[in-house]
Amino acid sequence: MMIRETDYGTPARIAQTLVMLEIDGAAVTVPRGTSIMRAAIDAGIQIPKLCATDNLEPFGSCRLCLVEIEGRKGTPASCTTPAEAGMKVWTQSPKLAKMRRGMMELYISDHPLDCLTCAANGNCELQDMAGVVGLREVRYGYDGDNHLSAVKDESNPYFTFDPSKCIVCSRCVRACEEVQGTFALTISGRGFASTVSAGGKDFLDSECVSCGACVQACPTATLMEKTVIEKGQAEHSVITTCAYCGVGCSFKAEMQGNEVVRMTPHKDGKANHGHACVKGRFSWGYATHKDRMLTPMIRAKIEDPWREVSWEEAIGYAASEFQRIQAKYGRDSIGGITSSRCTNEETYVVQRMVRAAFGNNNVDTCARVCHSPTGYGLQSTFGTSAGTQDFDSVEDSDVIVVIGANPTDAHPVFASQMKRRLREGARLIVIDPRRIDLVRSPHLQADFHLPLLPGTNVAVINAMAHVVVTENLVAEQYVRDRCEPAAFKRWRSFIAQERNSPEAVEAIVGVSAVDLRAAARLYATGGRAAIYYGLGVTEHSQGSTMVMGMANLAMVTGNIGHRGAGVNPLRGQNNVQGSCDMGSFPHEFSGYRHVSDDAVREMFEEAWSVTLRGDPGLRIPNMLDAAVDGSFKGLYVQGEDIAQSDPNTKHVTAGLAAMECVVVQDLFLNETASYAHVFLPGSSFLEKDGTFTNAERRISRVRKVMPPMAGLADWEVTLALSKALGYPMHYSHPSEIMDEVARLTPTFAGVSYARIDELGSIQWPCNDKAPEGTPIMHVDGFVRGKGKFMITEFVPTDERTTARFPLILTTGRILSQYNVGAQTRRTANNIWHDQDVLEIHPFDAEHRGIRDGDLVSLASRAGDTSLRAKISDRMQPGVVYTTFHFAGTGANVVTTEYSDWATNCPEYKVTAVEVRPVERLSNWQQEYGKSRRETTQILKVP
Amino acid sequence: MKPEQMVHMANQIAGYFAGYPREEAGSAVADHLEKFWERRMLQQIFEYVDAGGAGLDELAVEAVAVLKPR
Repeated sequence: MMIRETDYGTPARIAQTLVMLEIDGAAVTVPRGTSIMRAAIDAGIQIPKLCATDNLEPFGSCRLCLVEIEGRKGTPASCTTPAEAGMKVWTQSPKLAKMRRGMMELYISDHPLDCLTCAANGNCELQDMAGVVGLREVRYGYDGDNHLSAVKDESNPYFTFDPSKCIVCSRCVRACEEVQGTFALTISGRGFASTVSAGGKDFLDSECVSCGACVQACPTATLMEKTVIEKGQAEHSVITTCAYCGVGCSFKAEMQGNEVVRMTPHKDGKANHGHACVKGRFSWGYATHKDRMLTPMIRAKIEDPWREVSWEEAIGYAASEFQRIQAKYGRDSIGGITSSRCTNEETYVVQRMVRAAFGNNNVDTCARVCHSPTGYGLQSTFGTSAGTQDFDSVEDSDVIVVIGANPTDAHPVFASQMKRRLREGARLIVIDPRRIDLVRSPHLQADFHLPLLPGTNVAVINAMAHVVVTENLVAEQYVRDRCEPAAFKRWRSFIAQERNSPEAVEAIVGVSAVDLRAAARLYATGGRAAIYYGLGVTEHSQGSTMVMGMANLAMVTGNIGHRGAGVNPLRGQNNVQGSCDMGSFPHEFSGYRHVSDDAVREMFEEAWSVTLRGDPGLRIPNMLDAAVDGSFKGLYVQGEDIAQSDPNTKHVTAGLAAMECVVVQDLFLNETASYAHVFLPGSSFLEKDGTFTNAERRISRVRKVMPPMAGLADWEVTLALSKALGYPMHYSHPSEIMDEVARLTPTFAGVSYARIDELGSIQWPCNDKAPEGTPIMHVDGFVRGKGKFMITEFVPTDERTTARFPLILTTGRILSQYNVGAQTRRTANNIWHDQDVLEIHPFDAEHRGIRDGDLVSLASRAGDTSLRAKISDRMQPGVVYTTFHFAGTGANVVTTEYSDWATNCPEYKVTAVEVRPVERLSNWQQEYGKSRRETTQILKVP
Repeated sequence: MKPEQMVHMANQIAGYFAGYPREEAGSAVADHLEKFWERRMLQQIFEYVDAGGAGLDELAVEAVAVLKPR
């Protein structure tokens, strides 16, 4: 069945006052400000329309939605006319019918009559409206001036623009402005010459970010997905959740049998409200890419070629190797890594297997290298390891602070929502070494950009808090009511010290005291203030301290516990929040309860019928250290590529190479698989049931739309391995895993698949106290009781620039690629970004004789690599930037072993480096190419 | 792990808790190590302190003294 959402024509209005009117004799009551069109649809009355759709403000151009209103002259457009009390509206009359038919005649007189061969056939609003108005002839004929020979723009890899089919309704232009906020499209020309224009020579050459909002908005086949042109319209659709970033957009997978035709954003999705980005909307082709590994493989040594085997043999071999290793080296000599790309249920069973079947707590997750400081920092101050708000909260923010995050690239759908609020007048403070797009973009200008030096976050946040405390901007009543008095008193005394003042730190942080003071005043006095942050906060030696610093600042200004405020981590991957919630850390069970808590551990022991350990296990970097030391010999890695994503690649690969059995479960033969002995094929998000939990704690269903290509879903593989290890786990469906999570985890007590289906999605905590979930946390008090101010002394990182390494490297990701690139590199997104480049300020480039596009060496004390330079004044002098999307670049060959003091989260954002022009790739890259070829050989069976 | 890395990590933790009053800081470092460090890592720092604890922050040494009998 195709799921079709109702289009109400114009957006919903929120108003205290209701108005009652009559439409075609039926009484309707709607909030004041609601359009007549929407009121009619509420009453079950469809008014013909073309230029109206309910995620765009009404425009009133198509003239199809005309109505008659008793006592008023003319035929106003129902989309732009608000409903008023006592109105009597008529949507059908001979006069209206004639006018609508006349309008359709004009449209159709300049439209190709190729409906039967058109890609939109059966799903075309123009076609539908022609039918609705009863168009039977076009009196003008088809020989007049027209646009039928207009040239089709096929430059975008995912959709085409066919101006011959365009009715110039402006829905695409308005979607680009109102929904996406990019303003890439416009109507150029006037009158008959009016045409949609992307500005450049074509769509690919334009500012278009390929979010698909224009394609979604188009009522004809003018903007059309290439997959639909190729395959035709879908015959059924399934609601599921995107497997890219932590926004967790809800999508309709539109299907023909087991084949995806297109992914369209689901209008009822509470995280995305019908919007998408290029990755979720279009970049799903990796799921069926020819590189998918579909057969299990084993080998005795990593130098051997892979040998394809049955699932039974692969699982049996992995289990026997783990058992052999434990017998020889001890129970603690093996461990496992869960994935933030996998479902909650999959991560839960992996950590259960490690704790129960491996018999230790050596389980960790890729959140270790991204948001583990969020867990520590927010747990210490607020009492739970999660963001405080739902995304919609930003719609009530008066001041928005973005710290160490680049939402337009990394969390594009939320960025659009944020930009909409900014266009409405919210103030913006950006704290980032780079001039990210939010600092200045169409119709946006940050009030403050604080371009701090990498590694000085804590000094900046302390200086802002210092201003609040010393300029009497403290929310005294809030702090008295909500926070621990002794901790506050101590913190107040600490933060008020002169060494934390803007004047004292300006030379350290590289931001003027004047700007620091003004930004702090704006945050404290500008109304409801929200902090959004990313890995530019966490991936530092003081990542956890910075999280606590932001929490302190929010508490001291009373910005926690209500809409528009909060401290909000923007999670990098789809299920970072969920993988942490599910007990993937070595010291915690699900729901963030320490393994040393006897009562909690006994509950799990009883449920799992096994004795559990009460001491913490190894974190990922500790596992690798122990492997190099010789005491850690076996690893099960589900859906993570530590050989590419983790810092100091040489150390990571040395650790992997020192192990005797590495089991990799993944869609592709990734970099870590080069060091593996067992490869277990993974399943994509399209091939399994489960849930993801996004950055706002929203648990959403992942629904299977096709069978697992390799025969088993990831959770089934883990169950098979656990059984082979002598510890069978009895679940027949992922819903039963979630049922167990709910039984054993108080914050999930009310969660079940049935409940998620009923509500659409659920934000935890969901239990008796909050049966429908919790959009905003800490409303009546903090989870830990009283909020706790923590001391946040600024301690500079030990990673210092020197004469040998005078620049600071910071890393991140861009819009079209995603993390290690395993997914996006296997899509057409490479057209926008086919290699990692090094962004460098013109001054630093000139000083080194580097021209744009030159091959340069990027060297640190850890290692060196080579990549192309991109000269950019987005950078500040002294700071360079690159991404880590391509394995061959080896960005993490350069990053070091330094990490956050509390969590071991790597300090990706600060590496002292030197850059110089070179003529050849680095030795590491040359060796990488050779060893990669050797370690990925698959034995061909004759 | 390499001793210098272990010392660096322990000193970072000590560096954070140095912001707290001296009478609390040692046990806070000990609590942190107990909560997050795996037994091999704890064993390594115990042995390192027994061998003189060169380069270790005083708070880290104090934490080991608190932790060892637990």
